[in-house]
Amino acid sequence: MIRLEPRGTPSRSLALAVPACAALAALGLAAVPLMLAGAPLGRAYAAMAEGALGSRFALSEVLTRATPLILTGLSAAIAFRARLFNIGAEGQLYGGALAAIAVGAGAFDWPAPLLLPLVLFAGALAGAAMMIGPALARVTIGADEVVTTLLLNFVVLLLVQMMIEGPMKDPMSMGWPQSEPLLEAATLPRLMEKTRLHAGLLIALAAAVLLHGLMARTVAGFAIRAVGESPPAARFAGLPVGGTLVAVGALSGALAGLAGAGEVAGVKGFLAADLSPGYGYAGIVVAMLAGLSPLGTVAAALFVAAVFVGADSMSRAVNVSSYIANLIVALSLIAVLVAGLLTRYRLRRVGRPAAGA
Amino acid sequence: MAGTAAIDGAVDGTRAPRPVALELRGITKRFGPLLANDGIDLTLHRGEILAILGENGAGKTTLMNILFGHYTADAGTVRVADAAGRLVPLPAGRPRAALAAGIGMVHQHFTLAEALTGLDNITLGTEPLWRLRRRIAEARDRLAALMARAGLTVDLAVPVGTLTVGERQRVEILKALYRDAQVLILDEPTAVLTPAESEGLFSVLRALAAQGLAIAFISHKLGEVAAGSDRVAVLRAGRKVAERATAGADRADLAALMVGRAVAPVRRTARPPGPEVLALEGVAVAGPDLRSRLDRADLVVRAGEIVGVAGVAGNGQAALARLLFGLARPRAGTVRLQGRVVTRFDPTEAIRAGIGRIPEDRHREGAVGAMSVAENVAIEEIRGPFQRLGFLRRRAMAARARGAIEAYGIRCPGPDAPIRLLSGGNMQKVIIARALDGAPALIVAAQPTRGLDVGAVAEIHRRLLEARGRGAGIVLISEDLDEVFALSDRIAVMARARLSAALPAETLDRTRLGLMMAGQAAEHGEAQERGQDHARARQPA
Repeated sequence: MIRLEPRGTPSRSLALAVPACAALAALGLAAVPLMLAGAPLGRAYAAMAEGALGSRFALSEVLTRATPLILTGLSAAIAFRARLFNIGAEGQLYGGALAAIAVGAGAFDWPAPLLLPLVLFAGALAGAAMMIGPALARVTIGADEVVTTLLLNFVVLLLVQMMIEGPMKDPMSMGWPQSEPLLEAATLPRLMEKTRLHAGLLIALAAAVLLHGLMARTVAGFAIRAVGESPPAARFAGLPVGGTLVAVGALSGALAGLAGAGEVAGVKGFLAADLSPGYGYAGIVVAMLAGLSPLGTVAAALFVAAVFVGADSMSRAVNVSSYIANLIVALSLIAVLVAGLLTRYRLRRVGRPAAGA
Repeated sequence: MAGTAAIDGAVDGTRAPRPVALELRGITKRFGPLLANDGIDLTLHRGEILAILGENGAGKTTLMNILFGHYTADAGTVRVADAAGRLVPLPAGRPRAALAAGIGMVHQHFTLAEALTGLDNITLGTEPLWRLRRRIAEARDRLAALMARAGLTVDLAVPVGTLTVGERQRVEILKALYRDAQVLILDEPTAVLTPAESEGLFSVLRALAAQGLAIAFISHKLGEVAAGSDRVAVLRAGRKVAERATAGADRADLAALMVGRAVAPVRRTARPPGPEVLALEGVAVAGPDLRSRLDRADLVVRAGEIVGVAGVAGNGQAALARLLFGLARPRAGTVRLQGRVVTRFDPTEAIRAGIGRIPEDRHREGAVGAMSVAENVAIEEIRGPFQRLGFLRRRAMAARARGAIEAYGIRCPGPDAPIRLLSGGNMQKVIIARALDGAPALIVAAQPTRGLDVGAVAEIHRRLLEARGRGAGIVLISEDLDEVFALSDRIAVMARARLSAALPAETLDRTRLGLMMAGQAAEHGEAQERGQDHARARQPA
């Protein structure tokens, strides 16, 4: 029989080493399904590393993919820090993309220095608006935000489909369900020639740094941490618990909305129902891998993006499904949760007692 | 009476050697660097009551958890007498084995399903799952016999949720007896009882011991150890430091053994009260249950006096505390603070008005466990002097925390250590440092020393008396009568959500207070009202 016994406080280096080890363990564990699929392991891992890190283009792809993941990861991280479980980043991302198209595809014919901020701001605002409702419902009537935000995802996705098949459909799209494209002035500049890497990455990195500062150095961050750790104690100390939760909800939604606007303005240029391959949900994994730390979110997002990009190459090279990427990401989440448990508890083998009973 | 004779015999162990029921040898348990139990030997005889006395962290609960199989000892053996009286080793780490060996445990926090009746709670787990019919009549008869034998009565036909705490404890004891417990262990059994209920409990325990049951109870209260046990084992820092026959033991001696040094009792010196700092006039707080309800309360607290509010847990003290903390608003009545009528009830206003607040539950409301000592010291004023333009002034926070650590002798790794790493006493000192900072005119202390060890209690009492000395008015809400008597100038009692008049402490004794706490005074409503008027008339204006 094995028992769990609590350990003392985990050290800081352990706290850093744990997610890294968990990520490596997940990569290692992926060998099992790869073997089951009959793929040569050596070539598979080589193809994966090559595809993620082997060239300038591969790196640019990783960074491009990491951009929305950083933002949705931050969205989840800040909300989870306040124990506000926003599972609706996917919907907020689409909401942000929809808003970006609404203001950027011809509604305002402004020059780029004005229009681009307007587009991004509209995306963030839409995401925030989508999360304020569930946060208010949680604060006032105790509605579980996991349920409300999760279900809103489907509502928004259907709304997007309705809009791109109807009022916002691009007449020039030859029947494809997609929106009109953004104006040239509304798109994010490229960071590297002949790649998809765009300035959204800089926005995401800036957001991570700002959020880190917010959490560590400001009264607002203090309130978020206090409310998340212990609502009764925060309330006793006179901190506005409900107000903090609504504000965190707005910020979390805004970050996810910004991710959506960034994808439209930086990568696609238009809105379609396949804008996000689950960036919103993956953001939750990113945040958990990062231990809800804003700066850690950047590293976790890079890891997840590299796995996705690498697995794409691998699936082409050794002919396995690219869903293996989802599997690795899922394994890494499980690994980090188990590792988190092991930093707080130690396993103890309990010998079988002498007398039976 | 047979029972008395048996106890007399047990006090003097040499005269009547009794069969051993339970024997612990060299029990050692380590949690990381902490040695929770260090080679503890204990022997428990049939028919005796053993008190295990010790402060928090002395290792009492760890020892009991090892005995009951919740923990596994690193070293040492537990042996229990079997049916024939032979001592057989108890398999470690298995509660089921402990149960089968006849060890019954009554936990401090009861393990009863509130929606089920007492009968269902007791029989739960004793019947095979696959038997279609329950032998209810049989169980009921057996329990009736058990109750008659032990001299305890409780209605087993109603849901446990409707029973009082004392009655629930009796259900727990019956649960152990029903499983043929030969050894009964009780963890802090009187923590939730009125004085009268405690006496009832100890007479039940005595009757059970007289029938040959071996009983051990854990306590940190000297009074009940003296009243309720035959023998006392004192634990300190994981070791057994003494074992005495209760009859010959000196209380001061036991206290010193428990703490490891002599403890000077606090002394309250007479002090004329000053102007009124707090007045409640017909204040009522609405609430769904007795715990969170307050019916039309009147109370005046003056500068430089401590008004104790005694009462059994769950009689509306929480409502009174929450009102004064700014967490609840009154449904009716007027609250005056230093002569001004309070119109806004929220914690921020209470802090701004200069109320020093010590909450009942320090882990839940008093501190944010994951945040640092410095952050917890600053949390009430985080939007005040500890910020500039919305940014935290970390250095000011650390300086304030270092000041508190020094002034209050808080033992902690430093201002940046998460407060959950601190012991209960040190955490409470942080909260008290925060509450007393800025010399508040009114201090509201709810159960300020609950669960703390003797040393920390003395320190906190000293601080409260010091605050009284400089002219603070203090409302002390406490279930600990010793504490109420030691500190209070006047004492009021909460029973059934009603607050009695606050009478001078000198005119009250424990018996009278006990009756008031049991709510008996409330049954003579008119007489009590007159008494209140009388008391009010006697108070200096």
